[in-house]
Amino acid sequence: MAEQEVEWFDDEGKRVDGREKDDLRETTMEIGVLDEADGSAMVEIGNTRVVASVFGPQELHPQHLQEPDRAVIKMRYNMAPFSVDDRMRPGPNRRAKEIGLVARRALEPAIELENFPTAGIDISMEVVESDGGTRVTGITASSLALADAGIPMKGMVSACAAGVIDETPVLDVNGKEDKEGNADIPIALINSDEEDEDDEITLLQMDGDLTQEQVDDCITLAKDGCRQLFEMQRETILEKYESVRGGEE
Amino acid sequence: MTMKLNTDSIREMVKDGDRLDGRDLDEYREINLETDYINETAEGSALVEIGNTRVVVGLKVGVEDPYDDRPSQGTIVTNAELAPMAAREYESGPPQEAGVELARVVDRGIREAEAVDLEKLCITEGEKVYTLFLDVHVLNDAGNLIDASALGAIAALKTGFIPEYDEETGEIDRDEKAMDVPIEEEVVTATGRKINGQLLWDTTREEKDALDARLTVSYNDDGNIVAMQKGEMKPYSQEEIRQTLDSAHEKTEMLREILHEATGE
Repeated sequence: MAEQEVEWFDDEGKRVDGREKDDLRETTMEIGVLDEADGSAMVEIGNTRVVASVFGPQELHPQHLQEPDRAVIKMRYNMAPFSVDDRMRPGPNRRAKEIGLVARRALEPAIELENFPTAGIDISMEVVESDGGTRVTGITASSLALADAGIPMKGMVSACAAGVIDETPVLDVNGKEDKEGNADIPIALINSDEEDEDDEITLLQMDGDLTQEQVDDCITLAKDGCRQLFEMQRETILEKYESVRGGEE
Repeated sequence: MTMKLNTDSIREMVKDGDRLDGRDLDEYREINLETDYINETAEGSALVEIGNTRVVVGLKVGVEDPYDDRPSQGTIVTNAELAPMAAREYESGPPQEAGVELARVVDRGIREAEAVDLEKLCITEGEKVYTLFLDVHVLNDAGNLIDASALGAIAALKTGFIPEYDEETGEIDRDEKAMDVPIEEEVVTATGRKINGQLLWDTTREEKDALDARLTVSYNDDGNIVAMQKGEMKPYSQEEIRQTLDSAHEKTEMLREILHEATGE
């Protein structure tokens, strides 16, 4: 592997895009962005942008997929062909299938599936622009879309990644940092207002080359990022419902 | 399919540190690793048995065009097939989610550890490179497919060879060895699993339905972590992740020893 001579931190310790080590990229969230879906959201973090939709709870076909005691989640992750520099061939590849699976595992524990026996809930993430962190941004957006669809949850799921660049843990790696850094650890966290509970990590993946201590530092950092995202998710939902109610409070 | 009754008793028993088959929570079943299991047709192979789990990994070498962004590197393609004979509920057809995840977890360990020197797989830069096809074939799923498949994959690579390629005729001569597979790192992978708050290793198929969560961890020669993957339905706390990592390294060292014995080191 050719080592690139990139200065990952300037004299003040700022990153290539001017952020501090523990800063998220500029993030915007919006819910109810689609008409047809029962719930939807768009999350933009830096140059990464993902739209999520939720259809359901609805009747699930074919019938043999139904579960008598809970709803079944179907999860799709897809990258638009124009979302990356070299055009992505349309249709789900193996990477997309795996991300669909881990994203489903990240969200399921937060959804009160037992409220909707035999039903199906279809969640779909479309990456329209990609600059690192598409799976975590998709999970954050999906959680908002679930809330927008009015599906009861025990907490919001927020997701973000931490990585190690030049032996330094950093939050929310962008595409360039991800490609050339030492590691990337995406996690998802169920957030609720109950403080005393154990933290609930529902997504954890890693690739790179790290000591166990560095792994632990990254998880701590990523959890903090998830909590910041949670605050934004909460504000986004509150804003929408305040405007529905005519702006009071 | 496990009976609900067993699932319930498995979840109860682990609280006292007990398992249905009498093992300790952190104990692996007997592991058998046999290399060169496929005699003639594969360029490398391994049979892995962990208890009744049986997985065959075969290495086939092809010659293809390199990727545009890596003109001087060979490639590795990992695939996993859950044969219909391996378990009652498996169906034939293209790999489903479980097979895709299995293949990608095995692949990620090899890739992230930089186990194979891909530059050495280059024949002519920008034109021809060797492609290593690693096929994981699950014949019997009695649990812990990930550890078995990952062990078989590195064993097949370590004992495999790269055949000669004739650039003029464009043909591979599978009887002539050009070199060993250029191994740089031995990546070894172990999966810890959580049932009812307890950490278990090497779970059986019966225990699968009782699982809350799993964490797969891959280590390189230096004992650094190169890949992780969380699976199953329930969350982990950071403390539980720490506990799993605390014993994962010891488990991979045990697996590494088995790898060394079977591959003659």
